[in-house]
This record gives sequence, C-alpha cells and structure tokens, in this order.
Amino acid sequence: MKFTCLSKGGGFNFPPCHILHICGFRVLFDAPLDLSALTIFSPVPGGPDGLSGEEALCCRDLVHAEPCYKTVKNLHLWDASFIDVVLISSPMGMLGLPFLTRMKGFSAKIYVTEATAKLGELMMKDLVSVHMEFRQFYGDEESAFPQWMKWEELVQLPSRLKEIALGKDGEELGGWMTLYSAADLKDCVQKVRTLKYAEETCYNGTLVIKAVSSGLEIGACNWAINSPKGDIAFISSSIFVSGHSMGFDYHALEGNDLILYSDFSFMHTMDDLDSEFNSASGTDSLRFLASADDILEERDKLAFVCSYAVDAVKTGGSVLIPIDRLGVVLQLLEEISASLDSSNLKVPIYFISSVSEELLAFTNVIPEWLCRERQEKLFSGKPLFGHVELMKEKKLHVFPAVYSTESLMNWQEPCIVFCPNWSLRLGPVVHLLHRWCGDQNSLLVLENGIDAELALLPFKPIAMKVLQCSFLSGINLRKVQPLLEILQPKVVLFPEDLKQISSGESMPFSVLHYSENETLLISSLKSSEVELPMELATQFHFKKLKQEHISVARLKGELLVGNSKHQLISGSKQADQKCRPVLCWGSPDIETLLAVLSERGIKGTVGGGTMDSKFENVSVVHVHEPNRACIEIRVTTSVVTAADEDLASQISDAICSVLAST
Amino acid sequence: MAIDCLVLGAGQEVGKSCVVVSINGKRIMFDCGMHMGYLDHRRYPDFSLIPSSQGPSSGFDDAIDCIIITHFHLDHVGALPYFTEVCGYRGPIYMTYPTKALAPLMLEDYRKVMVERRGEEEQFTSDHIAECMRKVIAVDLKQTVQVDKDLQIRAYYAGHVIGAAMFYAKVGDSAILYTGDYNMTPDRHLGAAQIDRLHLDLVISESTYATTIRDSKYAREREFLQAVHKCISGGGKVLIPTFALGRAQELCILLEDYWERMNLKVPIYFSAGLTIQANMYYKMLISWTSQKIKETYSTHNAFDFKHVKNFERSMIDAPGPCVLFATPGMISGGFSLEVFKHWAPSGVNLVTLPGYCVAGTIGHKLMSGKPTKIELDKDTHIDVRCQIHQLSFSPHTDAKGIMDLVKFLSPKHVILVHGEKPKMASLKGRIQSELGIQCYDPANNETVSIPSTIYVKAVASDAFVRSCLNPNFKFLKSSSEDEHNSSVKSRNCMPRLQVIDERVLEGILFLEKSQKAKVVHQEELLLMLGEKKHKVQNAYCCPVHIANLDSTDHIDGCLWLRLFSARLSDEFPEGNVQDFGEHIQVESFRMSICLKESCPYRIDDNPQNRSECLNCCCTWSVEDEKIAWKIISILKRFNLNSTNGLPGLQDTSSNCETC
Repeated sequence: MKFTCLSKGGGFNFPPCHILHICGFRVLFDAPLDLSALTIFSPVPGGPDGLSGEEALCCRDLVHAEPCYKTVKNLHLWDASFIDVVLISSPMGMLGLPFLTRMKGFSAKIYVTEATAKLGELMMKDLVSVHMEFRQFYGDEESAFPQWMKWEELVQLPSRLKEIALGKDGEELGGWMTLYSAADLKDCVQKVRTLKYAEETCYNGTLVIKAVSSGLEIGACNWAINSPKGDIAFISSSIFVSGHSMGFDYHALEGNDLILYSDFSFMHTMDDLDSEFNSASGTDSLRFLASADDILEERDKLAFVCSYAVDAVKTGGSVLIPIDRLGVVLQLLEEISASLDSSNLKVPIYFISSVSEELLAFTNVIPEWLCRERQEKLFSGKPLFGHVELMKEKKLHVFPAVYSTESLMNWQEPCIVFCPNWSLRLGPVVHLLHRWCGDQNSLLVLENGIDAELALLPFKPIAMKVLQCSFLSGINLRKVQPLLEILQPKVVLFPEDLKQISSGESMPFSVLHYSENETLLISSLKSSEVELPMELATQFHFKKLKQEHISVARLKGELLVGNSKHQLISGSKQADQKCRPVLCWGSPDIETLLAVLSERGIKGTVGGGTMDSKFENVSVVHVHEPNRACIEIRVTTSVVTAADEDLASQISDAICSVLAST
Repeated sequence: MAIDCLVLGAGQEVGKSCVVVSINGKRIMFDCGMHMGYLDHRRYPDFSLIPSSQGPSSGFDDAIDCIIITHFHLDHVGALPYFTEVCGYRGPIYMTYPTKALAPLMLEDYRKVMVERRGEEEQFTSDHIAECMRKVIAVDLKQTVQVDKDLQIRAYYAGHVIGAAMFYAKVGDSAILYTGDYNMTPDRHLGAAQIDRLHLDLVISESTYATTIRDSKYAREREFLQAVHKCISGGGKVLIPTFALGRAQELCILLEDYWERMNLKVPIYFSAGLTIQANMYYKMLISWTSQKIKETYSTHNAFDFKHVKNFERSMIDAPGPCVLFATPGMISGGFSLEVFKHWAPSGVNLVTLPGYCVAGTIGHKLMSGKPTKIELDKDTHIDVRCQIHQLSFSPHTDAKGIMDLVKFLSPKHVILVHGEKPKMASLKGRIQSELGIQCYDPANNETVSIPSTIYVKAVASDAFVRSCLNPNFKFLKSSSEDEHNSSVKSRNCMPRLQVIDERVLEGILFLEKSQKAKVVHQEELLLMLGEKKHKVQNAYCCPVHIANLDSTDHIDGCLWLRLFSARLSDEFPEGNVQDFGEHIQVESFRMSICLKESCPYRIDDNPQNRSECLNCCCTWSVEDEKIAWKIISILKRFNLNSTNGLPGLQDTSSNCETC
C-alpha cells in the first residue's frame, strides 16, 4: 500500500488532494481548484490609475486578462488514465473534476454523495456562467496560450503575485488551466456515480467503498474502504455537530486498520498546537466529542455577524456577504432575517447567483442529509430551512443576476445581499463592491483565510467596513486524541505539520507522517482470507499427516471474489472429476507397499536394490500377478510399468496411499 | 444454525403484516400491522407467541433485536404504538424517512376514526403515537445500518407508496430480504422497485396479486380521466374518496397534468386540512418519487398543486362542477360519507372507488352490484343515482413481477405472505417448478425453519490468491459421445472447445492444531512441512507393430515419430499434441523411440516379434493416465507398412492387427 499527498490544500475552499495505491488500484481523493489564486487577476479592465510604487501594490499590477484557474500541480504529474477510482469528499473537492474527466484515456470510476454531486454541479455551473460574463468584457482570447503566461510578462509581476502564479520555484505554473466549458461540465456530471451516506458500493469485487457524513457541509463525507489487505478510513475536515448538515459520523469509522488523517483545518486557525492535543482525558471522550461547544461557538459567530449587519442597515448602509459556504449562508439567512424582525427593520434580502433558485429549492428536499434539528422539521411537516417562508413572505428575493429584470424592478437600498464567488473577481459581487466600496455605512462580510488586502486591491480606496470572520472548518485538535481512542486503528497517517504533537509514545497505535509530494509505503495490514461454506468444507477429504497435529485437504469448487471477500463456492460437476491426489511426498516403505498391493490381489517380489548411474538408491518390485508389472522406487520418484491400464492405476493408487499425499 | 420465520400476520391473508425472523441468534420483527377487518383481539398480531430468549417474563426487549417497518400503511404499522407503548417494547425501530414522517398521520387519523366516530375505547392515545415515533430511527435507501455488532440492515426502493422499502437483513453469513409491499412498474409519482443482486438464504415476498398479470396502466388512467372529464363537462360533481396519503397524490398529479393539457378551469378541492398538509411532506420528500418528478422539482414542485383549493363544508351544495378529494376512502364514515349523502342522488355526479374496499363499508356495497338505495341505518337511506367508476390500478406487483424478482435474486428459499390462500398456493407451485426454489406459504402463527449458510474462515496465502486471480485456462477440445465420427469430421467441423480453469484445485486447506485454518498453494505445502515431493510416474515401453520392418532396412526413428505425431493429432483432436523432434509430448505424457536392447520399461518383450516392432518408450505422471492410455491404445492399433521404401499412411481399418 502506498500513499502520496499531492496537495495540502488551503482551507475550506481548497481541500487537500491525495493518491492511495491499494490492491493494485489507484484511488484519488478529491480534485479541487485553488480559487484564491484568482486574486492575481483584475476583475475589470483598466481600473483607476495609480502610482505603481515599489512597496504597495496597486490595481495596475494585477493581471488584466481572462482568468485562468489553478489546479493541483502535482496531479498533472500523474497519468490520468492510470487512476482507477476518484473519491470526492465535498462540493469544493469537485470543482477541478471536469479537468480530469475531459482528459483522453481517463476512465476512473468517480464516487460522490448525491448531495455533493448536486451542490458541486451547481457551484461549477455558476463558475462557468460568471466566467462567461467576464469574457464579455474581454472577448475571446486570440490564442490558446494566454499572453500573461509568457515568461517575459511573468517576470515583471510584483513578487507577491509572482509567488501565487509560479509558486516558490516556478513549478506551479503548470497548474494553471483555462476553464472547462459547460459541455465538459455536463459530461463530468454524467460520469459520476452517486451514493447515499453509508451506501456500500464495490469496486471491481475488491474494494468496498462507503461514504459517511463528515459534517463539514451538506453532502460532505469521509470514506471507509474495505479491502482484502486491510480496512481504511479517510478522514477529511470534519465537524462533530453542525447546525445544517448531518454531523460527523465517526462511529461508522470504528475498527478500521488504517486512518488517513487529512483534516488540515488546524493550519488555518490560531490555536496553540502543543497545549491542546493531549489535554483531554479518554474516559468521557464520547461525551466530549459530541459536546455542543462547537455549535454554540458557531452560533455566537453568526449572531456577531448579524449584529454588525443590523448596525450597518440602521445607519442606512447595505450589507454584502460574498460567502460560498452553503451551510453558513443558509443559517445566516435565517439569523439575519430574525435579527431584522426583532429590530423592526424592513430591509429586503437578496440572493443573487445564476443558480440561486435551484440551490435554494434543492436545500429544501434533502432531509436525509441534514442535522437532527432539521430532520425534526420534516417530521413535523415544516420546511427544512427558513428561506422557504422568507421567500413566501417576500422578505427574501432570489435573482439570477444583478441586471436581471426582476432585480432591477425590485431593487431597494439599503439591502442585504448574499452572493457567491468569495474571490471578489467574478460575478455580481464585483458590481456591488464597486457600488458600495466608497460608502462608509455599508458592510462587507468576508471569510477568514483569504488575503483581504489583495482581494480588495481593485476596489481601493475602501471606505466601507470590512468584517472578516472565521467559521468552524474541521476537527478541533483537542478532539483528535479522544477520537482516535474510539476509532481504535492500528496505524494512523498524520500530516507532517502535526509531527511535534502527534508522535508521543502514549498512543496505542503506530503513527506515520506524510508530507506533500512524498510517497509513503505502508506495510500490509492483514492477510487475505478465504471463506469456505460449511457444507462444502465437510465434503473435503481431510488427511491426517504423520505430523499428527496437522491435517490437510485439497480444495474443491470455484473461487468467488466480490465485496472484498474471497469465497469458495461449490463448482460445477466437471471440475470434480479429477479427484486423484496429485501431490505426494516422503518415500514409500517397500514392505508396506507389498502388503497394500497384496490386499488388492497384486503379488510381487522385491528385486535387488541397485545403484543407478547417478548413485541413487533404486529398489525394484517385480509384479507377476495378475499380470506382469514392475515398480521402480527411488528417493523422490516411483515409476510404475505395466502393460494394462487397470493394473498400472491400481499400483499407482497403492503407492500414493503408502506415501503422504493430498 | 437455522433461520426461523414466525408468521404472526398476513399468513395466507391480507392484513396485520408481521413476521418475526430469527437469524443466527438475532430476532427481527418485520412490520407490525393491524387487521382492518376485525375489531376484537384478532386485529393485532399475537405477540405472546414471540419466543423469548431469557425466559417468559423477560419482556420483548430481550426477545427482539429490532423492528423494521416497510411502509406507512396501517396493515404494516398499525399495531406499532400498541406494541411499544402498551406491550412495552423499547428497542430500536427502523423505517425510512418518509415512513417516519407520514406514519403518525395515518395512525392519528385511524385513532380519530376509531375513537371519535365509532366511539370505541381507544387502543392507544395521541401521546402514545408521538412517544412511539420518537423511538424510530429513520434510514435512507441503501444506507447500510449496523444495528449491532452482528446485525446489518439495508433498505431498497419498493415503489408501493412513498417511502416504501424492501429490507435486507444480514447476520453473520446469513442474509434475508423482506419485501413488504412493492410495485415492479413505475407509476405517476413513484418509481419501480429496485434491488441489488444479493446472496440470500430467504426472500419473504408479498403476493397480493399472486395469479394476476396486469397490462399497462395508461389505458386505465385514461378511462379514469375520461370519466371525470365527461362528468364535469356535463356540469356534474366528482367525489373521490381516498385516504390522505398515496392514492390522493397520485390521482392529483394525474388530474393536474390533465387540467394543464386540456386547459380546464374546473376547481379541484381537498377536503380536510390533512391532505394539504400531507402535500407539504411530499414536497420535501421529492427524492423518493419518480424520476420525472425529481427532474423538474427545482422549477416546479409537482406537489405544488396549482388547481387545488381547500374545500369548505358550505360548498357542498354550491352550484357548478368540481372535483373533490375527501377522506376516508371506502366511504366508511366521516366527510366523504357526508358529501356522498348530498351528491349521490343526482345522476350527473360521479363517485370513484378505490380498487379494494373492506366488507361492510359503503364503498364495498357500491362495488358489489348497482344498488339504487343504500341504507345507512334503520331510519336513513340514500338514493344512489350517480355514476360509479371503479379505479383498477393498484400499487402492488403482479405475478410476473413477483416471479421476476424471485428469479433475479435466486434465493435458496422463498416464503409468501400477504395474499389469498388459493392464489398463493398456485404461485408457490410455479416458483418451485419453474425456478426450482423451495417455497412456503405458512398460515398465521406458523413457523418455517430453513437452514442458514455458515462459512468457515481461513487465512489465504498470497501465492494461492495470486494463482487464483491469474487465469489458468486449459482448453480441451470436446470429447463428446460421437467420438467415432470425430476422426472423420475433425477437419471439417470445429470441435467444441471446452474451457476449464481449475485454479482452486491447486489450493490446499491446512489445519494445524490450535491455529487458524490456512489455505495455501500446493507448491507452498511441502515447504511448510519441510518435506520433499515424491513423483509417482508411469512408464511403458510400448511395442508398435509394423509389418515388414527389416532391421537392415532401418529408418531413422525420428521419421516414425513424425508419423505417429501426425496420426495422433488426427485421431486425438482433444489433446494438445506437441512434437519436439526427439519426442512427442501431450500434457505430461512423453514418448520417444526406444532403440535400447533392453529397456527396463519393456514389459511384454517378445523376441519373436522384435523384428516387426518399433519400441516407443512412454512416460507420464499419474494425473494424466487417462490421456496416456488413450494414446497407447491408438499406438497399438497403429499399423505401418514400409514395403514401399518410404512409409506411408495406410487405412488402419483394412489391415488391422494388434499385438
């Protein structure tokens, strides 16, 4: 088994990417896009003039071209046609998938949960649509090779942009791609095999693959893979209790041999690594994992955003929330409208995206993918999310674009606008930022983890208030130890970044560390097993050997490989004809042989033992009854000579019965 | 170990479905229904028959590991609150999301009818229903649920009503499937049943339509729509008595679609708030409906009925045509009866009836014959002049569907429940004779025991697994009965090619005291034992008779070998005859010309014949003895003539001589 980390990713919107070799198959985990790299492009041509100083970047430094998209560069080092299975863990992990599926020779089976497939499709649809809109500003690129990617152009970029474009030593330039088309996207969606949570599916009879909820986002999942060579759990960024999606189902990952720990959220939080990892005691770990502190903290954050929004609206400003995290958006919609109601403010809320209507309709028909509180709403016959009522009450308006007729007819300011594309380079957010960036009463809510300075560069100078907040995106390090105590793996693979804290001796399992673009060899975790049906096993001819504690039997039947199991089933009659033992060992005792022969009515005498040319001991038995025959016995061979079939066969049988055989 | 099925309900009848199955020590109750036809103790399954593992007083928690409910119909879930709240079962209960959402509506509706309308003593209260449903664990389709360490269950789409599921249960190596009610053909709002190819010891299937073969539904749907259209265009009112869930939504989708196409403006009403509220559930449960509805929900949710309005009691006598859905179905009382009283006397009105009505209801009376007067009680009667249309589509599979499912799954045993006795017997006969699968149709309170599969696990060596995964084909040309013809025809007709692949036979089961059983490849065995292989071979220096063979006229042995080789491939087409110059080989059989004066393998040495014999020294190992002796018999029949200098092939039959 081999494991290679292709990319550690970069936070919630850019999940990690790995490849696992197992039982002769290559399994790819996720195919994400690094959308944060979009910030090197300018959202509109031209831009205000400014001095291009040495230290401060300005809008003119940005790349003025049709944006390209940065994929995982290490993935390009692999031949896509050699990938057998692709497992997508979240909608974000799917954004780069069309680049793979459109490649020639790509034939891997792609497994995605139903909800992730739908949300991923909608996100990609929106990306394609806003990109098309962008092209309307620039027109089509003349050549397939973008001008800005020429080396002369690249070296002139300011160092900060150059690092994003090229990476540390220029190796990341190969990761840039021009966006896939709507046709590529459609083709990709058709190639995906969708799964329910905890649905078992079998790849090639060998790998049994199961997606179990991770709690990060609606439809996001971890993976349990059973193979004849060991059971593996892949843990992506996970949230134990969520206010929207079904929580982290860690019980389903119990008892696996190997855990691939791929939650990198700790790298993007301010937590102090050392103090937190080992602090929890294991006794009440179960209660500790399911505790509500995470969700309470999350609620506080949402309330905090709401209070800021209400303040902005009170001063006559508008609120712009360009956040792509669906779970956060859906909860914010509920919370903000409640806050507005309680402050008696009548301000419209707009949701602007090319897929907004479809997205909101979808979130109301997926009770199976949501947290317990939302499921209770189904059982009491109420809509799953608040936006259904809000739309009915005309408090929430949904538009496909800023300039759509409905939006122009209904537009009122101040207002609260939700729109995706957090990179601030594409889509309706660009128009609205230009409109409000000078208004000091307005508010922009950004997610933590994006380079706000670079992202806001084209909109400078900015008078509008900017609130940057981080939302829970993974397992708190305090909970890792208690989690592993419950899961009881034999081996855990941690990222190297967790080395100082995860290599303690107290762990009851062995720990390996992986780093980006390095292949880690994992020794076999268990040996293969064959299952024999009782009724077949009782038909076997067992033989006790002279080593008395051992008995052996030759197998019969056919081997069935399926569901990562080897099973013997009784085969067709044809196969059973050949039942004579074919493997003999030891050397026959001549006296015993003569006795056995005479029992069968065959009489013979021992001729003189001679040495043959190779100085081997040869004994010869001459048979005279019922017919002439001769047996030549050496240490490792016996040769039977007879002129008729029956006699030859009888003698051979007799020899085999004297020998140990099976 | 065995699988025991105790049929507590729906044995040779329809109603109170309940089967308690114990598999390898785990006991599961499938469905917990009530019988609509009885009002006494017979309405519930006889729970006291459930064997208890801990002694008689230990209660049901120890006796039953889990309850599985397949769908929300009362004959499948009706006794559940009674069993959990009154009998005191506290263990896990599983059902699909829609069933968990909709079952309480059905139960509450039933309770109301029983208590408030018939004035009966209630068997369970509203609180009981709520309390019971709180214990239910909702499952999604295909989700593999680990009930405990050994018991695994999984739901498959059954199509019968929204959320209906077939349930697979596996304990250790034994697995069964309980179908509940299912439909093998899709309808307006639901898809057809779907199942994986599973290895099953037992399938417990419904058999409502054990002998019926149904044609397409579309013709029946058209009849219904035409009847409705005719009525409203004549200014009449249409009464559709239904239960709140299932049929109401299916018909409503049908009517909405028709209204849209025909541009009709006549109002469609839903009677109580219940059905409208039920639509709310349906809207959220889109993923459980048919493919077509799933594809269009984002632009228009099919359960957002545009033409449907709420009905007020005051509108009963309002003029003008309309269509009304009213509960309960079968017109057993309540609002549908109230409306029926008003509308039945007019000849322009229409009443549609469901396919099946329980005896004693007005629906049943209307179906049996064409009554002109129906007596409600001693004092009141209703004149019936309106038209009656009986709906004849049913969400159950027909006999073909049952046979198809059983054939597809090919379980070791089948048990039929939920059907009528004589029809079940006929289907049982078909399953046994046509599919060769053991089939049972137990009556209520009977137990069927079938053996369960047990596997022994053995550690497999890598060499064995590898050798099994690599194809190891042997191609044998057929040696069928018409052997005597084959030599003549072999050049003309292709012999039947037989592929044998005996990889498993190279494996050896190795049992060592107090160690886990191992499976190894035969090559590994001797290494493990530290022994040396002993080869048992046969050898025979066979004299072949050749006329006029002169020792002086001795020809190179190799030339003879060529001749033998040619003859052998001719007469022995199923063998793979290889000519290596010095010797000929077929499998392990090896033959060369022996020029030695005395060969130890020459048994029947006859000096007189020596001049006419060519000695062929043959060796082979024991496993190929059949082939070897066949070749030798061919050799012995062989006759060559060397008078013409160069030996030529001669017709063997003309001058046959054996040694």
